[in-house]
Amino acid sequence: MSDIQYIHGKQPHPREYRLIFRNVDRVGWDPSLHTYRNDGGYEQLRHALTMDPKAITDEVKASGLRGRGGAGFPTGVKWGFIPPNNTKPVYLICNADESEPGTFKDRYILHQDPHQLIEGMVISCFAVGAKLAYIYVREEFPEAAHILERALAEAREANLLGHNILGSGFDCEIHVHRGAGAYICGEETGLIESLEGKRPYPRIKPPYFPAAMGLYMCPTIVNNVESLCHVKHIIRMGGEEYSKLGTPRNTGTRIVCVSGDVKKPGYYEIEVGKLTMGELLHEVCGGPKDGRSFKAVIPGGSSAKIMRCEESFKIGKGDDAKTLSFYDLPLDFDTLAAAGSMAGSGGVIVMDDSRRMSWVLNNLNKFYAHESCGQCTPCREGSTWMRKITDRLVAGTAAPSDIDTLNSIAYQIDGKTICAFGEACSWPVEAMIDKFRDELISETSESNEGIAHSAENEAQRRFLQPSQS
Amino acid sequence: MSDVLNNLVASPQTPGTKHYTPFAATDDVNAQADRRIAQYPPDRKRSAVLPLLHIVQHEFGFISSDAIDWIAGRLGIEPIKVLEVVTFYPGLRQTAPGKYHIRVCRTLSCAMGGSYELMEKLCELTKADLSKMDPHHHPIVVSPCGTWSVEFAECLASCGTAPVCLVNDDFHEGLAPEKASDLLKQYND
Ligand SMILES: Cc1cc2nc3c(=O)[nH]c(=O)nc-3n(C[C@H](O)[C@H](O)[C@H](O)COP(=O)(O)O)c2cc1C
Ligand code: SF4
Ligand code: FES
Repeated sequence: MSDIQYIHGKQPHPREYRLIFRNVDRVGWDPSLHTYRNDGGYEQLRHALTMDPKAITDEVKASGLRGRGGAGFPTGVKWGFIPPNNTKPVYLICNADESEPGTFKDRYILHQDPHQLIEGMVISCFAVGAKLAYIYVREEFPEAAHILERALAEAREANLLGHNILGSGFDCEIHVHRGAGAYICGEETGLIESLEGKRPYPRIKPPYFPAAMGLYMCPTIVNNVESLCHVKHIIRMGGEEYSKLGTPRNTGTRIVCVSGDVKKPGYYEIEVGKLTMGELLHEVCGGPKDGRSFKAVIPGGSSAKIMRCEESFKIGKGDDAKTLSFYDLPLDFDTLAAAGSMAGSGGVIVMDDSRRMSWVLNNLNKFYAHESCGQCTPCREGSTWMRKITDRLVAGTAAPSDIDTLNSIAYQIDGKTICAFGEACSWPVEAMIDKFRDELISETSESNEGIAHSAENEAQRRFLQPSQS
Repeated sequence: MSDVLNNLVASPQTPGTKHYTPFAATDDVNAQADRRIAQYPPDRKRSAVLPLLHIVQHEFGFISSDAIDWIAGRLGIEPIKVLEVVTFYPGLRQTAPGKYHIRVCRTLSCAMGGSYELMEKLCELTKADLSKMDPHHHPIVVSPCGTWSVEFAECLASCGTAPVCLVNDDFHEGLAPEKASDLLKQYND
């Protein structure tokens, strides 16, 4: 890797391990097929096409790769869920919706290294037996859609797509499908409905697990952009060797996106679990802004539960149990889950001591209230109620009891909806109240108890208490 | 059609209307549609509804009721099935935006970086009426001259370079509020 030069000011941090982002911000790099092939591109595809498709899935299983889209589900295991006696067409979908607030990694792969994704996708299609695949790109990436279309045309021209790829007898086609600005299209079954030309209302699981009943009710594998890129490197290194990157059960590298109140926000590719929160925030990101100190961190996209920076966590069970400060937590799936949050999509949002938590929560509540698809009552109504309560909190017209109401609304959504958006919108509220209740309460006032917050409210109050009006 | 349905497909004029030609199913538009429809299995033409809507919005600025009827005809589905899609997605418009449509990200990292102040500044400069901007529904506000329109968007997936926005299909990052006027100057014509 020593011969690779990066654009001045965009060099990777020494603690990074660039695998997927090897070519991002690279001097002399462009998204063309020519450049990619000169760098050894598509050799892994050539090799994979000589393998038994099942053996590819086995390598991916051996690599321990866990999905980078949010849930961290093992990719090889997911591929294995396609019913063995299936006779229907199989589809592969690349989830390039990248809509979880705080996440901005797929953007750079799509814009700067589209052929890495295409190579990973064709290998994955071969492994799962898919002849038709789609890249679902969010509408707000018009340039990425354009770059992908061009890259796909180049690949088709060079027989890396289409009929009888590289003389292997394998046919495969990939198309770009653009979304239209809805977060819920990132949820895999919402995405599938959207791709079918309908409103993106998520399907209930069970029974609609995409691997068995997905696009057009056929077996469908949905994977995140970054996950599919890893497949190429697993073929190059071998699953066993790949699994030595990172830590056991949390293998490989992943791209962490840091935004908010740090000196150097940005994207950093690290070996999973080899860096602690403190190392990431202080060493790699340059610490807090001058004169400030860190207050709270959302570690895995806006849906992940917020963590307090001065907190300690008990990790592990029995004899292995240990207490770690927030800054000593290693960045991996299992530790963050044990600490009550999640690694999610890798989007780390940092807040310093200048931030009001009521304002932060209100901003997130606005997002979720806007993005609920409206299918389930708890989510549709609840997300808006939660927004309204935090609107009042920010405006100074909330009462202490509103905090309890807010909490109870969140718990009445969580676990009671069709899709995981229910958790995505209620976890931030639950965690904020859990960690910052005193601060939230301090912005309320007893004197706001019982005041009317809308014309209907006022009419209702007059009706119920006619003598006082 | 009932009034309710009529209202749902109506596209009232805006100051931006003058920048767009009315929908027409030209040879070019039909050829673009053919290419998109061919991307899906022959018995799954309905999948092309979003791609066709994108063609229309790109060429004609917004989705009119004529366009909805044309798409329904091309895909062999009822117009209501096109309309239900149009009314769901925040990225699809039923009225003309300005010549330049600006979408400012309002989600957490951008808000911390000053995107609400950026929006205020943009509205001040373009004379778009900020008070018409309901923070929940993100409606488009067109400037009186019709050159500009503004809208809030949710996280545009570039939180590390906040605040960010899209102007038509161009992406702009690191837009501290004081850069608002330089941004507009790039499009002044
Ligand atoms: C509300 C919601 C939004 C999601 N948004 C995204 C997204 O933008 N990108 C993504 O890759 N996965 C997203 N996911 C996760 C997908 O449903 C799915 O698990 C993922 O694409 C699987 O890919 P992976 O196994 O490679 O991670 C979202 C999930 C939910 C519940
Ligand atoms: S949980 Fe929310 S987003 Fe998910 S299906 Fe129900 S209403 Fe839609
Ligand atoms: S919050 Fe604005 S791009 Fe993510």
